[in-house]
Amino acid sequence: MDRSLLETLNAERDARRAAILVTRLADGSQTLVRREDDYSSDPLEHEFRKRFLSGKSGTVTTEAGDAFLTVSVPAPRLVIIGAVHISQALVPMAEIAGLDVTVIDPRTAFATEERFPGAALKAEWPEDVLKETPLDAYTAVAAVTHDPKIDDFPLMEALRTQCFYVGALGSRKTHGKRLERFTASGLDPALFERIDAPIGLDIGAASPEEIAVAVLGSIILALRKAPEPAA
Amino acid sequence: MTTEETQIADVLKTAENWSKSGRQVALATVIETWGSAPRPVGSHLVIDAEGNFEGSVSGGCVEGAVVAEAVDVIDTRKPTTLEFGVADETAWRVGLSCGGRIRVYVEPVN
Repeated sequence: MDRSLLETLNAERDARRAAILVTRLADGSQTLVRREDDYSSDPLEHEFRKRFLSGKSGTVTTEAGDAFLTVSVPAPRLVIIGAVHISQALVPMAEIAGLDVTVIDPRTAFATEERFPGAALKAEWPEDVLKETPLDAYTAVAAVTHDPKIDDFPLMEALRTQCFYVGALGSRKTHGKRLERFTASGLDPALFERIDAPIGLDIGAASPEEIAVAVLGSIILALRKAPEPAA
Repeated sequence: MTTEETQIADVLKTAENWSKSGRQVALATVIETWGSAPRPVGSHLVIDAEGNFEGSVSGGCVEGAVVAEAVDVIDTRKPTTLEFGVADETAWRVGLSCGGRIRVYVEPVN
């Protein structure tokens, strides 16, 4: 491998951008494919799409012989807006499932270490936190405060940055009003269908703990099975 | 948090740093596994000309053999593919006792 290629791959990983290193096993020649590159005419297009989602490396057979795909995708993150009862159950469940979890809630009465022992907790406004750690395509956002002042900004930001999952707590009526506000602030309504609302898989969840299971199920579904968002 | 499936272990950073500091470096990658292989496809091992290494391509079973081959690869600058497994006498000797089989691609970093 050329060192410059290795440097490029490491730079992509540092920036939380997905990339696939293609190694032709016959002659050792290599190319790097980024997720945002146009690879639609590449014979491996289907493999690239599949593997950018699954994150799995592997050998593929092509007309030009075998190629190994070293797939590098960022670790999936979950940003929970709202340090509420549902979040108290969702944090440990999501961590067990392998997600890197952050909870954001500017209400200091909610965002306490006592209520969220050991969690990455930010008792700040989402606007401020997301400035420092922006959302991206390998991040899920679940907004569960019920308060538009807190939920709206990160939800719109999640849609703009193509987060792989965007979930919002609230009844259909609440969600309808939310979409009116989003439209008024100039967000493209075509993005609205990506919002999981009412939040979570429809498993009849009743308690906060059960709702957390439903939300985590939706997140995993989006991570592993959902089609890529339109480029 | 470590998610082996989604994140390459930081062996690649080590490879870059070693190479930048002037060391001759080879990179080994597990490209195929059969049966109960201890490390998943995509796992890396970085090796320098003195036989120093970081990372793993098995649970410690075949690293010795991979390191020896890697030192040759550093010398010849030609990538090679190694196979270890129960069907292979060498594998028993080097000790992939878990019963799995793996294929490892070894390439120089130039």
